Amino acid sequence: MPDFQYYLDDDGVAIITWNVPHKSMNTMSWQSLHEMAELFEMAISDNQVKGIVLTSGKPDFAGGMDLNSLAKVKEQAQGDHSRNAFELVMRFHNIFRKIELAGGDPKKSIPAKPIAAALPGTALGIGYEIPLICHRIFAANNSKAIIGLPEIKVGLFPGAGGTTRLVRRLGIINAGPYLFKGKLLSPQKALQANMIDVVTEPENLLEEARHWVLNAKPKALIKSWDKQGFRMPGGSPYDSKGYMSFIGASASLSSSTYRVYPAANAMLSAIYEGALTTFDRALEIEARWFTKVLLDPSSTAMINSLFINKKRLEKGARRPAGIEVAKLRKVGVVGAGMMGSGIALVSAQSGLQVVLIDQNIDDAQKGLLRVVKIIQKQLKYGQMDNDVVGETLERISTQSDFTSLKDADLVIEAVYEYPKIKADVISRIESNTDGIIASNTSTLPIGGLAKVCQSPDRFLGLHFFSPVDRMMLVEVIRGKHTSDKAVALSLDYVSRIRKTPIVVNDARFFYANRCVIPYLNEGIRMVGEGIAPALIENAAYQCGMPVGPLQLVDETSIDLAASIANATKMALGNAYMHEDADRVIFNLADLGRLGRKANAGFYEYDNGKRLGIWKGLKELYPPLKQQPSIKMVKNRLLMIQAIEAVRTIQEGVLENVQEGNVGAILGWGFAPWSGGPFSWLDMLGAKEALKLCEQLQKHCGTRFAAPSLLQDKAASGERFTHS
Amino acid sequence: MTYGFIFDAVRSPRGKGNRTGSLNSITSVDLSAQMINAILSRNGIANDNIEDVIWGNVTQIGEQGGCIARAAILLSQLDDCVPGLSINRFCASGLESVNLAAMQTEFDSTRAYLAGGVEMMSRVPLGSDGAAMAVDPRIAIDAAFVPQGISADLIATEWGFSREECDIYALNSQKRASAAWSEGRFAHSIIPVHDINGIEILGHDEHIRPNTNLDTLASLEPSFADIGLNVPGFDKVAILKYPHLEQINHLHHPGNSSGIVDGAAAVLIGSQAFGEANRIKPKARIVSIAKVGSEPTIMLTGPIAATKRALENVNMEIADIDLFEVNEAFAAIPLMFKQEFDIDENKMNVNGGAISMGHPLGATGAMLVSTAVDELERADLNTALITLCVGGGMGVATIIERV
Repeated sequence: MPDFQYYLDDDGVAIITWNVPHKSMNTMSWQSLHEMAELFEMAISDNQVKGIVLTSGKPDFAGGMDLNSLAKVKEQAQGDHSRNAFELVMRFHNIFRKIELAGGDPKKSIPAKPIAAALPGTALGIGYEIPLICHRIFAANNSKAIIGLPEIKVGLFPGAGGTTRLVRRLGIINAGPYLFKGKLLSPQKALQANMIDVVTEPENLLEEARHWVLNAKPKALIKSWDKQGFRMPGGSPYDSKGYMSFIGASASLSSSTYRVYPAANAMLSAIYEGALTTFDRALEIEARWFTKVLLDPSSTAMINSLFINKKRLEKGARRPAGIEVAKLRKVGVVGAGMMGSGIALVSAQSGLQVVLIDQNIDDAQKGLLRVVKIIQKQLKYGQMDNDVVGETLERISTQSDFTSLKDADLVIEAVYEYPKIKADVISRIESNTDGIIASNTSTLPIGGLAKVCQSPDRFLGLHFFSPVDRMMLVEVIRGKHTSDKAVALSLDYVSRIRKTPIVVNDARFFYANRCVIPYLNEGIRMVGEGIAPALIENAAYQCGMPVGPLQLVDETSIDLAASIANATKMALGNAYMHEDADRVIFNLADLGRLGRKANAGFYEYDNGKRLGIWKGLKELYPPLKQQPSIKMVKNRLLMIQAIEAVRTIQEGVLENVQEGNVGAILGWGFAPWSGGPFSWLDMLGAKEALKLCEQLQKHCGTRFAAPSLLQDKAASGERFTHS
Repeated sequence: MTYGFIFDAVRSPRGKGNRTGSLNSITSVDLSAQMINAILSRNGIANDNIEDVIWGNVTQIGEQGGCIARAAILLSQLDDCVPGLSINRFCASGLESVNLAAMQTEFDSTRAYLAGGVEMMSRVPLGSDGAAMAVDPRIAIDAAFVPQGISADLIATEWGFSREECDIYALNSQKRASAAWSEGRFAHSIIPVHDINGIEILGHDEHIRPNTNLDTLASLEPSFADIGLNVPGFDKVAILKYPHLEQINHLHHPGNSSGIVDGAAAVLIGSQAFGEANRIKPKARIVSIAKVGSEPTIMLTGPIAATKRALENVNMEIADIDLFEVNEAFAAIPLMFKQEFDIDENKMNVNGGAISMGHPLGATGAMLVSTAVDELERADLNTALITLCVGGGMGVATIIERV
């Protein structure tokens, strides 16, 4: 069956309907592209056709590029074959450009055949680049629809003309958020932003589009960039209007991304260079930069981790086989604190009934208030629709009685991180429900907590990250006795709340916290060594970390760091290696500098607002006269995390590096440009990484000793990841 | 090595670089031609006895575009047989013209060079010619481009200068320039500018504010805080290269930065043979020349390396220099220079500089030559070093010696 259907109605309007068989969402493949090209060519050359409407046979228009087809372009791009990849990209441009001109010739005043796009729902990536070639974009007023160009988030940029067209539609400043941040909009917001032309009620969508193509004025059939004397809205690089905007574009890109994302830099170059020539040459320039990005190891790694493997995990790559998908209806959340209320909210937003329990009804109610606060924030930033607030809140019932958990499919406890309290709550849950029981813990091994369970097979860990509503990762922690069924149901739940799961085996700190703690300690330790705190934080940012280690410790609080240090030291004995960092932490704790919550930590604060590095820090730890190079500091901060990640594979905590890469980026923001710690090591090359470990070990201590797995890879020349 | 001799050096007074400035009503080419004519007539040089006119200019667009050197020749009394070369090394263009001329001077040639420059900032605005290094993302991102003002503030932060130090420096520049004018120290080299009817338009530097004081200076808002801290956030760009800094202190403002002005200058450079043939006595000889590229983000530290190289080239030491002209692009630049080489402030910029009198970009380097030559004579000193910081991270230095 073809991906597109063609229908010529009595009025002479050709309706081209995108409807990829056996898929819930249209995606663009090579087959689709060529089918689309043929149908458009047919419609454009057919004298009976007065106009064309492109629409979708599904609730949404299109979700983007098909993964396999993208992989094919990438394959073509490997090695010395950049020309092949470039030519493939140019094929898109040539086809799209032909459709856009639709048989017309603006220079000779030959009118084009009117083409309207009618978007019933979501239109993302190439699913929005195609509408951009049409003469008018209609979208249904669909509250679930999102429109935009998210490519940048996966290490790409819109490479099918979207960059070149949107910047000519909106100007560089106004197009910025959609191109460089991948901001997505509802149809109404997209209309306000001039990304689309008309929003209409869903039932009128096709008719309005049809009406328009039948009545379109010739002037409306030439894209602005094809008109005589076209000028870029907001100005070009070297005219007085655009000069400062283009200077500012490089600066704000550098200052917001720390220059770590090759795709963002490439996109800006494509925009700049394209702006100085004709539209067709601009498309060609866009293709040249897009090809370069496809060839870039960072972009390849990002696409693999943030697009391909992330999607695979979300679609149940780690779900045990042969178990029916759970029909989830109700979840229980015990502990209505910050984590519990966040879990309750995301569950309710996914349509699940939620019982939110705390020790008394007042505390449970407080949890609901927290939920309301998060909702208010989401409303403010347009992340939640006003219409659904009532029904979402109605799904959450607050209780203090554990018997209300009776028919829950899954109960998640999120009480204080004290083993005794957790154990008590878990056994109370177990005696009140037959469902799966999950502990939301970040530090306590699941095996220890499972001891209180009568049937530990239905017990596991679900490690949410804070703030729950914003952090996309959930670590599913499989205990020694956890059943496949429990894992499968938990993965179904994670999928339901639209988060990304990784499945890890039970071990101290699981995966994410195990790797992030050494990062924090490395930063703290450097303060003790007299390395300028600004250098430490800036090095972290230049690594692409979202938050510097010192700021992060301040956020999570110094006393928490101290108590984790004490507990870990007790558990590990002689193997413990973080005394140097602990001394700094205990010192600050003794001074009452407990972090942001105390308005004092590594930073100074004014009522919670971070001001600057605490001035007293340099008296406590006088700065070294000879500061290390930023490269050294960066290497320390990244390698200490990567070494720990390798150990989790070596020890079987993680079962594959793909999860390690995805989990690292989503869980603690590990340098997304790298595609994760294992891709980072691959980019360095295991041999180089080993050399670096040896060098760091020599200068900084045995904690940098390369794990045996890394040594093996260096010896064999194998990579950690296989794209 | 033998470089050329300086036989004469003149400059125009500096007009305010906006529509109210006195020089705004004449063209860049006209102003250039008036300087060229002045050199010819006061030295009695035949109008075909010039080997080349090398003219510095930064914003080479519009009336300053299309080889203004040749345009100025065609408008001046020079014969058509004299060629012209326009050059751009940003703020050091005027000095670079002198250096290029000096390096080409042939030992036995009886023909001279005219080196100099012009900038009419009131007529051709700064930046109006575009600049790939600021706009092309491949350069701007990789090199961490920031505007000069951010670089100057970065220097002040790195060297630890306070706002008050910068303001005191600026106040002294004003005082020194006022004193120099009232004592007639510039009288020898100033060429009043006339209109087409011979009516004098400007005879003095009109940018000086003799009555300014520290309170006035202290009241001025820093110029680069907003683009640094807010949109587009140049401070964070600069910190990419200077990551040990937590922040940049924004200290520079219109009162302690160089003034935007109009002006032109010309220097007559030739060999001993030229002097003998034309019976003109040289005033000074060019001893050493250096030009360097330096780190482009902090951008304005070039004078340090250029000065070191200029000294090393001829086995001189900083103590061998009697007089320094360090272009006052921003207060932090001479302060940095003074601290780096531990220089007595009574030897540096003794007659004021660009903060008080203004900085007509392409002309300033040549103006500093005239200032230095006059001061060496007046104060009976021997050696002077002239240096300017340069956009994009460059520096130029020239050592001259009285003969």
